Amino acid sequence: MVSLRTRRALFPYILLLPGLAWLIAFFLVPVLTQSYVSLESGNLEQGFQFDWAWHTYSDALSSYGDQFGRSFLYAGVATVIALVISFPLAYYIAFKSRRKNLLLLLIILPFFTSYLVRTIAWQTILSDDGFVVNTLQSLGILGPNGRLLATTTAVIAGITYNFLPFMALPLYVSLEKIDRRLIEAATDLYASRWTAFRKVTVPLALPGIFAGSLLTFIPAVGDFINAQFLGTSRQYMIGNVIQSKFLVTTDYPTAAALSFMLMGVILLAVFAYAKALGTRNLTEAAV
Amino acid sequence: MSTVEAARPSVSSERAARRRRRFSGPRRWDTLRDKALGLWAGLALLYLFVPIFIVVLFSFNDNKGRFNLVWNGFTLKHWLHPFAVPGLGDALLKSLEIAIISTTLAVVLGTFMALSLVRYRFPGRRSTDLFVFLPLATPEVVLGAALLGLFLTMNVETGFATIVIAHVMFNVSYVVVTVKARLEGMDLHIEEAAMDLGANEWVTFRKITLPLIAPGVAAAGLLAFALSIDDFVITNFNAGQTVTFPLFIYGAARQGIPPQVNVFATVLLLAALALMALNLVVQRRRAALDARVPAPPGAPVAA
Repeated sequence: MVSLRTRRALFPYILLLPGLAWLIAFFLVPVLTQSYVSLESGNLEQGFQFDWAWHTYSDALSSYGDQFGRSFLYAGVATVIALVISFPLAYYIAFKSRRKNLLLLLIILPFFTSYLVRTIAWQTILSDDGFVVNTLQSLGILGPNGRLLATTTAVIAGITYNFLPFMALPLYVSLEKIDRRLIEAATDLYASRWTAFRKVTVPLALPGIFAGSLLTFIPAVGDFINAQFLGTSRQYMIGNVIQSKFLVTTDYPTAAALSFMLMGVILLAVFAYAKALGTRNLTEAAV
Repeated sequence: MSTVEAARPSVSSERAARRRRRFSGPRRWDTLRDKALGLWAGLALLYLFVPIFIVVLFSFNDNKGRFNLVWNGFTLKHWLHPFAVPGLGDALLKSLEIAIISTTLAVVLGTFMALSLVRYRFPGRRSTDLFVFLPLATPEVVLGAALLGLFLTMNVETGFATIVIAHVMFNVSYVVVTVKARLEGMDLHIEEAAMDLGANEWVTFRKITLPLIAPGVAAAGLLAFALSIDDFVITNFNAGQTVTFPLFIYGAARQGIPPQVNVFATVLLLAALALMALNLVVQRRRAALDARVPAPPGAPVAA
């Protein structure tokens, strides 16, 4: 008979076990298996052998460096635009609006339409004879043969659109949490509104900026739907390559190597970003 | 989703703030800036709704040929014959089945994990916390490809079951994060009191903890359901011959999306709207009960 004490001590592990086992079996093990696969060589017909094929990494990088760079560029630009669009929106909801819940609901609601359906709707909106292109052409912003669909602009706009709530919601949460008295105190102490905003509101909103940027950037960098539907092969990102290597050409080692590098760079970017924001936070506090 | 239930500042403090604001800076600039801010927020929301408007509008389009890209006049025929396209109804049904099964599993597993991580201090807690967060920081294409790699090496045939496995995997972390947020704002002492009064863990959980975290669990369930029914990337890797709603759309995209897809997309949107409205009403009721102020009959639903 197990004593009550041991039972209590074991209880958290028992609660944890089923979910943890699921994550280990279907997340951790597969991802680690990928590192093994990435060092194999061969093909589907003749089978794969493990032979420490490090060259797969360098080959993949030289062949798909462009797509790699593009992924980070597009995701980075989209994250910045999403931040610029969302910050005033989140600020307005947190500080100015009396219909917070309604407005938050309105932000989330569009995303209950299927991701693919939304992206295909953008195809319609940005199409060559569409209203947007015609307007921009008559305003002279686009040339007479100018297009939006199948351009880098369209891909970045699509990514920005599809991940916007991931930016707006964490921003809102951190702005909402700010103690208004701190801002009042700053203005009472003769800080201008702008200074109070810069020195009080923004630093206190940093956790939201951080979370929002990551939640936007990570799915954006691995995305391939927007590039596929709104761009051409010249806009293809690393996700497009991984997807086709895995499902079309069955070049598993290259696909695995690319996935692994993608994860590695993302983790590095996360740590670097955390450090940059953290240190700036500290210096801000010291000034 | 926990954001929806974020606390609102009391009216009186807002009023006091406004009174104080009068003494700092020219007010005209303040109102101008507020107007600009409101305009920006309105435009941002408009941007969010532009494609949705197109989706709904084109469900009424009397399209010529296979493509549904150019407006050609109003019709109700797609709404009257939503199942006219072969395969679409089946795909939708598959997606619903998968979403219901995987959401249930993910909510149970995730809620238990969240309880364990918030309620108990034990060796390995922090690393488990970090580990649970990792799937959220991994791009979907990597998750999907890695899982398919596992199924291929184990010689598991992909299909309905592997889709469910995949959906539970990516949803567990979302559930843990959502339920944890709710648990962290909770008073531990109520549970301790129940235990002191002789209730065991299970009774305490059923009678005390579960009712208290129910809104968080419901929000997590709603989120998991939405993520499951809309997932394309991970599903595409692990589906085998099974066709879900997003996979059907992807397959149809080359030959032109039938307007019935727009019909179902609109229906899903309306269902989500109804659920969210219900969630808001329930939360209001609860808040009203908590404050021991009876909800006025016929109070407006929206905030």
